[in-house]
Amino acid sequence: MKTVTIDPITRLEGHGKIEIFLDDAGNVADAYLQVPELRGFEKFCQGRPVEEMPRITSRICGVCPEAHLMASAKACDAVYHMDIPRTAKLLRELLYVIFYVTDHTTHFYALAGPDFVVGPDAPKAQRNILGVIHKVGVEIGGKVIRMRGICHELIKKIGGKTVHPVGALPGGMSKGMDKELQKEVLEAGKDAIEFGKFTIQLFNDIVLKNKEYVDLILSDTFTHNTYNMGLVDENNHVNFYDGNIRVVGPDGKEFVKFKPAGYLEHIEEHIEPWSYLKFPFLKKIGWKGFIDGPDSGVYKATPLSRLNVSDGMATPLANEEYDRMYETLGGKPVQQTLATHWARIIEILYAAERWVELASDPEITGPDYRAVPTETPDEGVGVVEAPRGTLYHHYKTDENGIIKEANLIVGTTNNNAPINMSVKKAAQELIKNGKVSDGLLNMVEMAFRAYDPCLGCATHTLPGQMPLIIKIYTNKHELMEEFRRD
Amino acid sequence: MAKPKFAVYWAGSCGGCEIAFLDIREKILDFDKAVDLIFCPCIMDTKYKDVEAMSDGEIDVCLFNGVIRNEENLHIAQLLRKKSKVLVAYGSCATEGCIPGLANLTNREEILKYVYEESPSVNNPKKVIPKPKTKVKAGDLTIPAMFEYVRTLEQVVDVDYKMPGCPPVAEQIWTVIEAVLSGKLPEKGSVVGVNPKTVCDECPRTKDEKRVKKFVRPHMVDPADIDPEKCLLEQGIICNGPATLAGCGALCPQVNLGCRGCYGPAEGIQDMGGKLAGGIASIIDSDDPEEIEKIVNQIVDPVGTFYRFNLPSSLLGRKV
Repeated sequence: MKTVTIDPITRLEGHGKIEIFLDDAGNVADAYLQVPELRGFEKFCQGRPVEEMPRITSRICGVCPEAHLMASAKACDAVYHMDIPRTAKLLRELLYVIFYVTDHTTHFYALAGPDFVVGPDAPKAQRNILGVIHKVGVEIGGKVIRMRGICHELIKKIGGKTVHPVGALPGGMSKGMDKELQKEVLEAGKDAIEFGKFTIQLFNDIVLKNKEYVDLILSDTFTHNTYNMGLVDENNHVNFYDGNIRVVGPDGKEFVKFKPAGYLEHIEEHIEPWSYLKFPFLKKIGWKGFIDGPDSGVYKATPLSRLNVSDGMATPLANEEYDRMYETLGGKPVQQTLATHWARIIEILYAAERWVELASDPEITGPDYRAVPTETPDEGVGVVEAPRGTLYHHYKTDENGIIKEANLIVGTTNNNAPINMSVKKAAQELIKNGKVSDGLLNMVEMAFRAYDPCLGCATHTLPGQMPLIIKIYTNKHELMEEFRRD
Repeated sequence: MAKPKFAVYWAGSCGGCEIAFLDIREKILDFDKAVDLIFCPCIMDTKYKDVEAMSDGEIDVCLFNGVIRNEENLHIAQLLRKKSKVLVAYGSCATEGCIPGLANLTNREEILKYVYEESPSVNNPKKVIPKPKTKVKAGDLTIPAMFEYVRTLEQVVDVDYKMPGCPPVAEQIWTVIEAVLSGKLPEKGSVVGVNPKTVCDECPRTKDEKRVKKFVRPHMVDPADIDPEKCLLEQGIICNGPATLAGCGALCPQVNLGCRGCYGPAEGIQDMGGKLAGGIASIIDSDDPEEIEKIVNQIVDPVGTFYRFNLPSSLLGRKV
């Protein structure tokens, strides 16, 4: 029996490791993605005052602290049974869509970009953001850096800080918005729409006009016929900040739609002894292992899942792109994981359009940016769509608002089982009869990138390349072969 | 002259320190020109073996962020110490323990029990708990063992400089990098990337005599009743600013929220939580012991508030 170790794949929350076991014939017996770290937020939040939770839980992730800030603030509202003022909602959602623009932009240009723009078979030295800039022109690199800078500056102005913003409390936001800032945000939002349109055009020209790339997107390697999950508004349109959770089956039909407070009726988590990261699944179907299909409770919660569970986008330009994507890829649901990249840029455009809508609302500068709780706190659930999947915060408090219990299901965790499945499938295709194809590194890497696992920052940095080493050991633990991407 | 060799590494952390690094924006290109980045799992191939193969002291400067939560964190910390001439604890986790350090109010067993057995969404009839070594059909799978408690970098290896902040703000990061590049590093053991004195000195809010009749929780005060110009502490809103090192630009108080101390204790303060508790008790405007006790009791979770970012590095260290 041979073992193939890929260590570290990249930073997860800590460092991830993939182990691939070959059988005696040299074919893949099994593959595992292991997450080797646990910090224990759910436990050490016990005893903390509920109003501090947005500022504490945002430290779960420095890449998407805004998602935790918002899910936590919403759970706080629910703990106090509050329907917060409209101005407060507008401000929170505004901060959140601005964050989406920068987060998805970083992913698309720095990560997915190299795979598609430069090409999956390009020399590795070119497969990074600099390669992207080289291919499409230096002014695009400037546009990306400028857009990210604008978003981060506005997040600081609305939420107090650039990384780990703080300005959310039970009942709303800690500070309102004046007309001067509103004007600045609105102007920036218009630029963001242009940037979103430009990004879609770039994707069209470079990816969609190239049959090879379209075939790659549609390839079977990363296709899993699972359930999909995402947040929708009252019209079943994609919404990042608020709504109900909708789950559709592999057949594309609605399986269930539920309110955040009812999540425990619908989701459970499975535990494996070899990873600190849990494996959520649909409770009513059950955990059947790492398999897809209608009888397995495994689901995906990704940008593509959000589009799959919705009936469209709530803004006009994004909705046009939504229709075009499903026409091109053959209708809903699209289960090819690589199409997630397309979904992500449609979401950039939606976030930018929504940004302008929210910033144009005269009530956003209103004085009611926060209400004071009047009811006794007890229990509440807050849900948002994190860029990488549906994010659940669930708190129980005593009558003084001190946390007794906190339960968190974070974006990437939803996809723990599908990522494991993608890794195994890629491995099976590329390792045959003891021969490991050179494409293995690349394919495993692409499997990961599509999910944009917020397993860490390697997915959010300049070169779009994941460091990979694959080692093959004999059953006597002697190193037989080593593949590496330097 | 050869470019200085840099390493940037994360242990138990959130990734925010790396994002903050990227926030130096276009200066990242200057950084790239000026240094030779030889180890950085964030943006390049990570090869522990290659680091092991380096001669001792081969890395000129290593920025190390994250807490020491498990065996792997410790192993890499020791390795990088050996290979680095200058080791910098970079960010609040590495310097004081930060939010992950609040885990020291509990312990490993309690964390594992809650997360995998008691949490309301788990389905775990066989009480499976992740463990360092698992036998599966095809072979053995290993993951690092968690330690009982969280430690800071300084608590496991010798550290040359400390750069606090959750995360350090980009301007401060650049200041430190410039100091490194120009060879103008201060005395070993210094705290770098900070300003003199405390957050209060950078805070635009006006300060008067601090006499407080009651403490209020921030969400229980009507926003219209918060004076945007006046010191939050004087308005009864708990703020760790007086004991916190300056450097961030007093960001949180500017959005009506009290400082929580992510830049660590100000100079001369050995135990931030103890100092804050004593200092804040002293501003209570009363001579009546009963009334004082009543007012003190309005401060919810004093340990989790005053030691928010520095529990592992404090005298308290952890729950006993």
